[in-house]
Amino acid sequence: MRRKFANIYRLGVKELWSLWRDPTMLFLIIFMFTFAVYSAATASPESLHRASIAIVDEDSSPLSQRIASAFYPPQFVKPVMIAPAQIDPGMDAGVYTFVLHIPSGFQRDVLAGRSAEIQLNTDATRMTQAFSGSGYIQQIVLSEVEEFRTRYRGESSLPVRLELRARFNPTLDKSWFGALSQIINHIAMLSIILTGAALIREREHGTIEHLLVMPVTPFEIMLSKVWSMGLVVLLAAFISLQLVVRGALGVPVAGSQLLFFASAALVLFATTSLGIFMATIARNMPQFGMLSVLVLLPLQMLSGGTTPRESMPEFVQNVMLVAPTTHFVQLGQAILFRGAGIDVVWPQMLAVTAIGTVFFVIALRRFRKTIASMA
Amino acid sequence: MALSAERPMVVRLAQVRLRYGKAEALRGIDLDIEAGRMIGVIGPDGVGKSSLFALIAGARAVQEGTVEVLGGNIADSDHRDAVCPRIAYMPQGLGKNLYPTLSVEENLQFFARLFGHSAEERRRRIDDLTRSTGLYSFLSRPAGKLSGGMKQKLGLCCALIHDPDLLILDEPTTGVDPLARAQFWDLIARIRKQRPGMSVIVATAYMDEAQRFDWLVAMDDGAVLATGTPAEILERTGSDNLEAAFAELLPEEKKRGHKPVIIPPLDVDENDIAIEAQNLSMRFGDFVAVDHVSFRIRRGEIFGFLGSNGCGKSTTMKMLTGLLPASDGQAWLFGNVVDPRDMATRGRVGYMSQAFSLYSELSVRQNLELHARLFHVAADEIPGRVEEMAARFGLEPVMDDLPERLPLGIRQRLSLAVAMVHKPELLILDEPTSGVDPVARDAFWRLLAELSRRDKVTIFISTHFMNEAERCDRMSMMHAGKVLDSDVPAKLVEKRGAKTLEEAFIGYLIEATGESEVEAEEVTPDQARVVHEPLPVKQSFSLQRMLSYVWREVLELQRDPVRGTLALGGTVILMLVMGFGITLDVNDLRYAVLDRDQSSVSERYQLDISGSPYFTQRRPITDYDDLDRRMKNGELALAIEIPPNFGRDVQRGQDVAIGAWFDGAMPQRAETVQGYIQGMHQHWLADQMRMAGISGTAGSVSVENRFRYNPNVTSLPAMVPVVIPLLLLMLPAMLTALAVVREKETGSIINLYVTPVTRSEFLLGKQLPYIALAMINFAVMFLMAIFLFNVPPTGNVMALVTAALLFCVISTGMGLLASAVTQSQIAAMFLAMMGTLIPTITYGGMLDPVSSLEGGARIIGEIYPSGHMFTISRGIFNKALGFADLLGAFWPLLITGPLIIGVATMLLAKQER
Repeated sequence: MRRKFANIYRLGVKELWSLWRDPTMLFLIIFMFTFAVYSAATASPESLHRASIAIVDEDSSPLSQRIASAFYPPQFVKPVMIAPAQIDPGMDAGVYTFVLHIPSGFQRDVLAGRSAEIQLNTDATRMTQAFSGSGYIQQIVLSEVEEFRTRYRGESSLPVRLELRARFNPTLDKSWFGALSQIINHIAMLSIILTGAALIREREHGTIEHLLVMPVTPFEIMLSKVWSMGLVVLLAAFISLQLVVRGALGVPVAGSQLLFFASAALVLFATTSLGIFMATIARNMPQFGMLSVLVLLPLQMLSGGTTPRESMPEFVQNVMLVAPTTHFVQLGQAILFRGAGIDVVWPQMLAVTAIGTVFFVIALRRFRKTIASMA
Repeated sequence: MALSAERPMVVRLAQVRLRYGKAEALRGIDLDIEAGRMIGVIGPDGVGKSSLFALIAGARAVQEGTVEVLGGNIADSDHRDAVCPRIAYMPQGLGKNLYPTLSVEENLQFFARLFGHSAEERRRRIDDLTRSTGLYSFLSRPAGKLSGGMKQKLGLCCALIHDPDLLILDEPTTGVDPLARAQFWDLIARIRKQRPGMSVIVATAYMDEAQRFDWLVAMDDGAVLATGTPAEILERTGSDNLEAAFAELLPEEKKRGHKPVIIPPLDVDENDIAIEAQNLSMRFGDFVAVDHVSFRIRRGEIFGFLGSNGCGKSTTMKMLTGLLPASDGQAWLFGNVVDPRDMATRGRVGYMSQAFSLYSELSVRQNLELHARLFHVAADEIPGRVEEMAARFGLEPVMDDLPERLPLGIRQRLSLAVAMVHKPELLILDEPTSGVDPVARDAFWRLLAELSRRDKVTIFISTHFMNEAERCDRMSMMHAGKVLDSDVPAKLVEKRGAKTLEEAFIGYLIEATGESEVEAEEVTPDQARVVHEPLPVKQSFSLQRMLSYVWREVLELQRDPVRGTLALGGTVILMLVMGFGITLDVNDLRYAVLDRDQSSVSERYQLDISGSPYFTQRRPITDYDDLDRRMKNGELALAIEIPPNFGRDVQRGQDVAIGAWFDGAMPQRAETVQGYIQGMHQHWLADQMRMAGISGTAGSVSVENRFRYNPNVTSLPAMVPVVIPLLLLMLPAMLTALAVVREKETGSIINLYVTPVTRSEFLLGKQLPYIALAMINFAVMFLMAIFLFNVPPTGNVMALVTAALLFCVISTGMGLLASAVTQSQIAAMFLAMMGTLIPTITYGGMLDPVSSLEGGARIIGEIYPSGHMFTISRGIFNKALGFADLLGAFWPLLITGPLIIGVATMLLAKQER
């Protein structure tokens, strides 16, 4: 038993040395946990940013001019004033996402207390901007009209207010979400790539053959890769969370970091096993690369880290319950964003442990079976 | 130095130098080679033979000095183009420039087409060549499944298909069995008889082969040691064989310590058996790698396995170490049945594999220590043991170096030291000396002799060198998975009545294979004198050459299931993932209400939300703790609190506030929730006022929102037209990039360097099949969009297909571009992926329109083709447009494609640098 541990420890240390002398992988780790996290947090493509808007002003009144001047960067680009005939070509070519059409006599109607209507054309193929943007434009137009009107005559306010408060991220700052999601994603991604590549490298260099003639078992070889690569990813994620997320980006972390990294360790057990499994299927680095693309993209996009799970088809939601990342995203968001404790996230931790065990056993069996053909 | 002064020179080298980074491969070579001769370049691996040949063949660019070939400077590209059809070059490595998945016939057809022969001419030449080499009956067999000797014959046929005047053969017989080797040289001799004007330059590591050449060049360490006829060289060194002569020619510091190998007589107990194998067999599918092999090795003896590459030596050794489970038969180590789980026996065996396989990332010392620890040498003994090994195997000066920086001979000693670190009783050494120079080889053998005779270690060694096999106490000759005979080497020679071990081996081989593997037909003088049609004049762009690349790429693609699966399966998977994954819809939001009022008004308020398709209601919230907990674990995305006396206050028109908490963790979703709930509240208010009769004093102002092109504002119709171009860009680019770089990795790119094919023919020939493949991908995605995602195109389908075709030209072109600047498949793939994904997602208008970008990003967005493709795709899927409306987006696509291919062509090297 002591020999087993000694072997696992020795081989793991060897993995660390190998990684240390592999500049490509080191670069990848550092890049992923610094630059990639930072840029993903600061660039928030989903927000309403410089939306292109055009205005057809057939009223040419102080009110219509007042409305037109209410749109400015950063949410909108400076509105382009166009003629009615330009609406369709401009929207067809995708130049304008929004076109606001103010009819003639609008100001007159408003002041006379008659019903008045402004038409807003929204290019609904621009999903990211269409929804929030059109709501925003409506609000702007209505409040401009309201202000304009109150200047002429007093108006009673609405009696029932709605007090909306965003919890866990009061200002809806997107960099919070971006940064923490990236960390969660990269933990899964890098652990798969590192372990898989470590095994492929042994295979390509022929060193696996050497290991197998020594008194070490496949179990020891596999476990040594699991612990060493898991440790590296854990450490890199920890440093990134402290320096990049909390330091450079100034994002507050709500919950217990200890709990988060303990859960991450459980997840790593599953993802590193997955990496080993994939490396036994692929014959060389290029094949492993292709396989990674096909496995990592679904894991990232469908586990709920990029878009909410509940908007996916139910079938996809159920299938993705098998993926360790789905549970990891849930518990990671709960701990980091909402400050949840172990009393809240234990079901996910249990699920991750179970998945990890199953993955490890499957990967070990497959590893034992194929290891002979690797040598 | 010339044999006869009148002969013209075919190759003249003056002060030729070549460096790879810091390493100097050639250090000033001056050499004149006469035409019409057979010239042998001898020397071990890594002395610069291959570099020299690559320079002469024009495959590698000349760095320093002048290389004149066939009467002109090879550095001059016009001259190179002119003489390239007269040169044939067969690079080192078994079948390195062949295509393993293509059959013999297809390989030959490919090369013949590159040289522009007509169909009948090709047929005649292929039949001629294969008949005379004995390959005729194997025309339909894939090149990858030929034996080593046959691969080399095929390589030779491919080289001879265009009647070269200069034939350059780089180690054509390395790793080939002696019979095939002898046949190969006979074949060369016959061809020379038919074409006496042809000059042949051959490199070889087998010194004994060099005896038959007209003139020899001995090389070491990037310099010429000596030149002359074999007889001259023997005489000058006073040796009786070339191997000894070569050792004699080496500079003084290398020779130092060189003594002949003397192995003391063997003294073993006949009944003390270290290894025994009985009917050991190994099958991989249909292929029998090892066929009922039996032998016994006594303790303390040196036992040799002699055979060519792929004869089953390594597989047998792997079965003995427990690396491979035997399909049949049994083996015993020290009387115990070989069992992979038996850790104790493993500790008694040391193994050295064929290729250097230690950790190149660990230093020499770390390698030794790691292996000592894994073999559980007691911790306090390890430092002493490591020192002992270092001293014994002469590793002390390099203990802290990384192995990859060491010369081959030292790495070999390191491998042996590692195998010996736990003091095993048995050493299994798989071709430990291949590629090492004769002096280092002798040094290695002296170590083995000492281990065997002094330490009584049993040594089981495989080799393809005859003189090494002769040193063994006993040996087995292996061929095609079978042991032909085992005995003391001298007895084997005696048994066959041969003069040398090589002759004896050939005798055994002929017996085993029934005369010879395939009888080569003697070419009659008539056939030989067939006047071949002259080569067509070199054209700047030849459709035939391009089509021959297309044809070959299609064949290869068909036979590579992995790439095919990625191409089609990858598209389907990623389309599904992105279609379902990139959804910005918000529905089924879980919410719950903390109703402290419980009045009819508060119920009506809730009714409004529960009726919405976007929300699903959960059980009511009981108190703040409950609210807090359920929001924390993510159960609730929205919690609404209705204050006490809400209904009464509303009726009285008093100021009241409803509290709504929503989960801000996902800001994107949160914004949408915010929008919904505000809208709902407004709606309720309006209703409420109407019901209460508090009609508004002012006329209502409304903004009528027309969601165009996608009236329900759902994700799928918005995403599908975007995902299709994205995948159409990424996957074909990756596949195309792999296609070119794969050739660089396997070495068949050499055919671009040394055949008349031009860069544009090569690239276009590679690209066309991938454009076709990409269009199939497009068709698959198009059908998925209609039938699976229910997003049918509303505009002109023909316009979409045209745009897709133009776009595929661009995406495959980008793959070519990525492949032109990378050297490894993984780098090419990474570059192709990043180079397409990042600009497309960030600048291509995938999420935000290009018109909302600013500065440099705006410029990239306008130039990068994916933005225009998005416009077309959206226009046709969502906006019911046709050619005329989208003309502005078509033009850029039309221009970009040829532009990218042009750049890729310029960046691709026609010579290795």
